[in-house]
Amino acid sequence: MKARHKRLAMIVAGLVLIAAAAVLITKSFRSNLVFFFTPTQVEKGEAPKSGNFRIGGLVEQGTLKRLPDGLRVQFKVTDTAKSMLVEYKGILPDLFKEGKGVVAEGSLNQDGLFVATQVLAKHDENYMPPEAAAAIAKAQANKTNTLSTENNK
Amino acid sequence: MDIVKSKSGINWLKYASPKTFYPLAGQLIPWFSVGAAVLIVYGLYLGLLVAPTDFQQGEGYRIIFVHVPAAWFSMFLYLLMAGYAILGLVLNAKLSHMMAKSIAPTGAMFTLVALVTGSFWGKPMWGAWWVWDARLTSELILLFLYIGYFSLQSAIDDTNRADKASAILAIVGAVNVPIIYFSVKWWNTLHQGASISLTKAPAMAAIMLKGMLIMALGFWLYSIAVILARVRCEIMERDSKAALFRQDI
Repeated sequence: MKARHKRLAMIVAGLVLIAAAAVLITKSFRSNLVFFFTPTQVEKGEAPKSGNFRIGGLVEQGTLKRLPDGLRVQFKVTDTAKSMLVEYKGILPDLFKEGKGVVAEGSLNQDGLFVATQVLAKHDENYMPPEAAAAIAKAQANKTNTLSTENNK
Repeated sequence: MDIVKSKSGINWLKYASPKTFYPLAGQLIPWFSVGAAVLIVYGLYLGLLVAPTDFQQGEGYRIIFVHVPAAWFSMFLYLLMAGYAILGLVLNAKLSHMMAKSIAPTGAMFTLVALVTGSFWGKPMWGAWWVWDARLTSELILLFLYIGYFSLQSAIDDTNRADKASAILAIVGAVNVPIIYFSVKWWNTLHQGASISLTKAPAMAAIMLKGMLIMALGFWLYSIAVILARVRCEIMERDSKAALFRQDI
């Protein structure tokens, strides 16, 4: 075995050890490294009972409403299985919309209402011109229309 | 050292010697610089003027044309640096260490660009300049790794020892790169998933994709030009150090 083969073997062995350590560390951190909990996880009690945490999901269609005092808004965050009512006082980000992703930071009050101190919009990885988005929406609407008319027959 | 000859009859190891590499690098730099300038100007033209607005983010998404290529190269250059560090340690090749050392500042610059442009993007779109999610945090760690690498290089006076110590740091830090890349898959992050990957069709309009890829290519040529220039300085510097040492004796 030449000296340089020995060095290569040592580096490869070192890299394998480091990679193994990294895998173990990231695995054990998995639960701590989550940026937000989904409503289902909160239901199961995986989120902290007291103190601040973040919930994430989609803003449920038709649930966004402004309270009579004009400052607070309420909406439901859903992961399509479970949903949670969130209340927030402040300015919502531009991309905040019903049916779109959201991450809210805050805590649960006694009534099980999630009072948010910060609301962040989570957007997806799709980029396209507005015309293309409109065309896709139209195509999908047509599809559901034809499906429903077929069902009516 | 045994002489390796490839099938084409070219002695590739010749270029591992700083003496032959120095003039070769000098000849290549103008080509890569011009190529980089042309591609970056064209890419910016496509990205800022030709590409359409985005259906949900409006004009703000255009930062993607700098942010994403910069983030790619922050990771890619780190892997390249670690690769040269391994070569340097295994073959005891001085030029490999010089390459690794010359890559670090460019990699750090791209990391900083990715972090800063990401921050400018995050404020209007997410509603926050910075969040401690896995993607952003691991990219910040990458910046610290780069800074740690060249601090360690310059902290040790003996060039050979500095090369070896910093090479080990570069290799150990390489585990961070897959963590950055897959962070959006492994954990719930605020950062969105990858629009472009090898396994699925790109989730963006063709013209946007074209602009981004041309910018990435431009960044690649820029990196090569700057790194080669830095390697030439490094060769000169080490050579003059050695000359001084010879005079001392």
